[in-house]
Amino acid sequence: MEIRVDHVTRVEGHGNVLASIKNGEVQKAIFEVVEANRFFEAFMRERSHEEVAHIASRICGICALSHNSASVQATEKALGIEVSEQTALMRRLIMDAEMVSSHALHVYFLVAPDLLGLKSVVPLVETDPDTVNLAFRVKTTAYDLAEVLVGRHTHPVAVVPGGYTSMPDATALAQMRERFVGLREDMRTTVELLKQLELPAFERETEYVSLQQPDHYSFYAGDIVSTDGGQVAADDYLDAFSEFLVDHSTAKHCRWNRDSYMVGALARVNNNWKQLHPEAQKVMEELGFKPPVCSTFMNNIAQFVETVHSIEDAIALMDQLLARGLKEEDIPPVTKHGRGVGVVEAPRGLLIHDYTYDERARLVEANCIIPTNQNYANLDRDLEAFAKQIADQPKDDVELKLEMLVRAYDPCISCSVH
Amino acid sequence: MSNKPRVAFFDFACCEGCQLTVLSIGEPLIEVLKHVDIVTWREAMSEKSDEFDIAFIEGSITRDSDVPRLKRIREKARLVVALGSCAALGGPHVSANRFETSELLELAYGNKAEQYEAGEVRPISAEIEVDVPIYGCPINASEFVLVLKHLLLGRPYRVPNEAVCYECKLNGYECVFDKGMICLGPVTRCGCNAICTSRGHRCFGCRGLVDDPNVDAARDVLEEHDYSLDEIIGMFQIYSHRAPRVQQLAEAAAEPQKKRSKGSEPWRFGSTT
Repeated sequence: MEIRVDHVTRVEGHGNVLASIKNGEVQKAIFEVVEANRFFEAFMRERSHEEVAHIASRICGICALSHNSASVQATEKALGIEVSEQTALMRRLIMDAEMVSSHALHVYFLVAPDLLGLKSVVPLVETDPDTVNLAFRVKTTAYDLAEVLVGRHTHPVAVVPGGYTSMPDATALAQMRERFVGLREDMRTTVELLKQLELPAFERETEYVSLQQPDHYSFYAGDIVSTDGGQVAADDYLDAFSEFLVDHSTAKHCRWNRDSYMVGALARVNNNWKQLHPEAQKVMEELGFKPPVCSTFMNNIAQFVETVHSIEDAIALMDQLLARGLKEEDIPPVTKHGRGVGVVEAPRGLLIHDYTYDERARLVEANCIIPTNQNYANLDRDLEAFAKQIADQPKDDVELKLEMLVRAYDPCISCSVH
Repeated sequence: MSNKPRVAFFDFACCEGCQLTVLSIGEPLIEVLKHVDIVTWREAMSEKSDEFDIAFIEGSITRDSDVPRLKRIREKARLVVALGSCAALGGPHVSANRFETSELLELAYGNKAEQYEAGEVRPISAEIEVDVPIYGCPINASEFVLVLKHLLLGRPYRVPNEAVCYECKLNGYECVFDKGMICLGPVTRCGCNAICTSRGHRCFGCRGLVDDPNVDAARDVLEEHDYSLDEIIGMFQIYSHRAPRVQQLAEAAAEPQKKRSKGSEPWRFGSTT
């Protein structure tokens, strides 16, 4: 059986699934990446530190806030810019908006149609408008929070190294808080919907990598940890894993302790679930997620669990910011120059921006490690194992299920070929 | 088959943020969906069709091997809309054009560089005819809905051709220059409702130049605020590297500074092209 799916749909970017199965044996199963490279790391060089984050956001339309956050964090570390407590709270809140908007897009719009036997969410507009409206409501509420915080989700306008060109309006933020409280009911409705859906059965034990902070579930900064053991400071990521090239991809692959590892919601929940908000832990239990979970398809459940967590975390952070009172602050000065490594958990996993600046605060070197790159090797291993498991099924089913496996990763392909 | 106009979305080298912006429109999008049939949209649906009336194309062209796909879309579509600044102008990665392709490939792929393809970054209009450009990085969602309405009604769409300053003043925002920052608002095409200056930042020029930029006024403003040649040219080139008009404008605007900065070491933006 020869499988070839050109330009897998309902994913960001261009990639193909290729598999060759003979007499139940998988001879080849790979995800081919054919996206054009845009060379961000090369052309961001020589830009002023004030311009870099503006450009870096544009690596990705879906996770623009993550790239923007990793970028300012790297610049701040490289140039010795100390941020205020208010800025630190805003950064965490921005990442919550990012998680809710991205996970909602993926779970409701890109993955759910597969589980309902549909090709897209479009037929549901007529048959189940309530659910479609719910999906749009969750996504747009998160988008609107980003708009209140930093002007726009794709691409943020008010973020600069050291802080913000203007702070959000307190009344608008208080209204966003109420709208987030309103999402709690949508989360309960979604839990009931998800309970009725059945994910493909597939397990393969692998290495899970994520950020970790001692005191909270982290999407912004922290050490890098692996389920295979190993913990490194963000600055030392090069001591942990490495990027390498394969012939079938314009994007690089990565490895750490073994030939592949996985990043993203599943890795984060597996590694840090004890730090999730109690409500998210409750949902995790209701949906049968018992860490450690080694099924890639459960990544989508992990994304939903994180959505519940981020809504609660965002409400708490908005309360904190509003109680403190939002203050316009001066941007702290540049105090040195050199190298800085920014790390965040983008919705799809660990994201690293590694910058070096010269004495004029112009970028001389950039290295960006994208979550989807880190997942490619693991996706190939998964495709091989899953193809073997379903080799005796009709070709159309094998094709669809392998596509679903790709989608489970929520790949961000153009981001990975930056 | 219904007789509603058939709409398709495609993309080339980009971040897909403009298509995401379309998805984020939410309820107004559901309204629009009632008047068209979306027949192809890889990012959002698995249905596919080769028969469509309106093609929205996001992204720029960076590889010759992508050109045939672009031309096939043009042949099949009655109307082609360039969706966002990558398709309409080249996008932020046009500034990769200041490096040799071989240097870029070697930086990205090392000793395997020769296995990969790259080329000059260009807007889709360099290869095919475009009926309507929607500028912006990303597009403004309301402008997308407005353009679609015009196309559905068969009315010509007037692409905004005033400077961002116009919208900025209408909104009553504080002038960015007065806050000590350099701003491309005086010469950049509006339609964004001055979103960046609304939040206290400056205009980065993502919608490209207006058709007839007021160079003298831009020069006066820049001269008044004493910016160096490299600062000015560097800023202009984020979204428009090697566009001859941008180069001329930047040099004209920087003329008074050029004399002052004589003898200082030029940096790379000033010294290329």
